[in-house]
Amino acid sequence: MTTLTAQTTQVYNVFIRATPEQIWDAITKSEFTQQYFYGARIDVRDGRRFAAVGDTEWDEEVLEADPPRKLVHGWISAYDPEAATEEPSRVTWEIEPQDGGITKLTVVHDQLEGAPKTAESVAGGWMYVLSGLKTLLETGKPLTS
Amino acid sequence: MDDDQVFKALADPTRRHLLDRLFERDGRTLTELESELEMSRFGVMKHLRVLEDAGLVVTRREGREKLHFLNPMPIRLIHDRWIDKYTEHRVAALADLKLELEDTA
Repeated sequence: MTTLTAQTTQVYNVFIRATPEQIWDAITKSEFTQQYFYGARIDVRDGRRFAAVGDTEWDEEVLEADPPRKLVHGWISAYDPEAATEEPSRVTWEIEPQDGGITKLTVVHDQLEGAPKTAESVAGGWMYVLSGLKTLLETGKPLTS
Repeated sequence: MDDDQVFKALADPTRRHLLDRLFERDGRTLTELESELEMSRFGVMKHLRVLEDAGLVVTRREGREKLHFLNPMPIRLIHDRWIDKYTEHRVAALADLKLELEDTA
């Protein structure tokens, strides 16, 4: 067994049968995010990304917003007491339409050098979130009920 | 992008080895990956191409370099599609067993 250090740049890529606009809405509006993002209520507006999990509320800086193609924002693990004090990292969402009503969604989580706990916890997290997002958009129902 | 391509890409020890290397450290160049394999640059390129077509490897440009990243999503989706079903089944079977045992007790 090799001991692994979580990657400081993580890339996730998934094809979804949905329009770029649908994906944009699903990642920027809480009515959607709470159905697949660990119940988090996330709203992107006025240059901030507002998030809430249970009673914990926080917000992150939106570094670039080009609807419905690209969203770049800071990431703070405020939902996890152990990782909350780590340095902010960065998340980039790239939304690219393909032929046949399919859209390619790429999530790059980088600048994780100052956030090792975050890097470790989001690795499995992103897979769960993106799988759930795909199921929600393609079937209209959350992956887990 | 379909499951067939993913299974075919995984049905080769060299390609699985490449994925293992990327799992240990992501964001590598062709030259780095090539240096760890007893294989020509062309051979490694060919395998990376199959992995990329299956969506298991994603490349990104960083300056003048092309970096290769492991994309775990296709495997995760196969997991969600198949393995979860079996887990659900097992949980259901245990629930049935519990009811059965309680009934006869």
